[in-house]
Amino acid sequence: MTADSDIRVYASGLPMPEFATPAFATPKRLSEATVAIVTTAALHRASEDGYTNTDTSYREIDRADRDLVMGHWSPNFDRAGFAADINVVFPIDRLEELEAQGVIGSVAPRHFAFAGNQEDTVSSIRLDSGPRAARALLADGVDVVLLTPV
Amino acid sequence: MSTLAHVFEAEGLATVSLISVRGVAEKMSPPRALYCDFPLGRPLGEPQDAQFQHDVLRTAFVTLDEPAGPVLVDYPVVIEIDDATPLSCAVPPRYDMSLHPAVDEITALRGAYNRTLSRNGVTSVGRSCDADGLPDVMAKLVEIIAGADWKEVGLPGNPVGLAHDLRTYYEEAALALNDEPPAPGAAESWFYDVTQGGRTLLEARRAMRDGGAPFPVWFYMARATRQ
Repeated sequence: MTADSDIRVYASGLPMPEFATPAFATPKRLSEATVAIVTTAALHRASEDGYTNTDTSYREIDRADRDLVMGHWSPNFDRAGFAADINVVFPIDRLEELEAQGVIGSVAPRHFAFAGNQEDTVSSIRLDSGPRAARALLADGVDVVLLTPV
Repeated sequence: MSTLAHVFEAEGLATVSLISVRGVAEKMSPPRALYCDFPLGRPLGEPQDAQFQHDVLRTAFVTLDEPAGPVLVDYPVVIEIDDATPLSCAVPPRYDMSLHPAVDEITALRGAYNRTLSRNGVTSVGRSCDADGLPDVMAKLVEIIAGADWKEVGLPGNPVGLAHDLRTYYEEAALALNDEPPAPGAAESWFYDVTQGGRTLLEARRAMRDGGAPFPVWFYMARATRQ
């Protein structure tokens, strides 16, 4: 057992919300799609306030932003990888390359970060900040969202 | 994260989730998911390896071709954390013998920390205290170990946030002392197992636990598996 396997067992046993009738959107072809990253790593720009340890809000990340810091409150994951290369959590440079190669249509102008450490019902994110972020993504013409954890 | 996937799909956005805990994906069934058995904190697997990261993304985006979901695919490469082998990283020799070894050490690591800050242009230190204040935080942890009440020593912020800042300071300093990105778990192991600072943090955490500090205050000062 490693430290990670202990955390995986613990996380798998936590209470989780149920989605009785999950939606399944039909995407555009990837080569025509606008792609955004939404991460639950609690990233934020260094100049912004960080997250509280029960934060249900999100931060917007501009496509050009690279001055990102780790705001997640859990001590139970590796941070040195992110310190060495933000793309190991937030693969924005890889998306830029995929756009240049024509693999994706375009990189979205805005990306979003939430804090992954949440209360069991996740009610604020389900009913408030999650739908608000979705509407912002749709307003930017986003078709596909890549979700990344830590 | 799986919650967001469901919320976004309901609004008409197609989602692809990189999953770090398979058991959660099995229960919550995000519409399209790629399980990556990588160290927690590294969902794209390998820092500074664009080719590897592209392969993860390519594999994830293939799930968009599926006509119905939920789709849960396993990425074929496993990367394991090695939290028993510390980074091979020189700890500064003692310089100011008037200081506690941990305070002397964190002060001596400032040059390495600054080099990483200069390279990255940004630091994740500063949640509760900036780098200038961390030697004093370390000195206060030494006081706690010696028996002082953690509420009375004048910690400049939330102990969990301060612990984050201390660990991050060391891990960012370690990046400047190695040519390659640390193997997963290696920088963390170096901090907790090798450095005076990490051992002081763990000892202060134990002292706070034994002194009756509330569970959320002491427990989250270090990884759950650390004693």
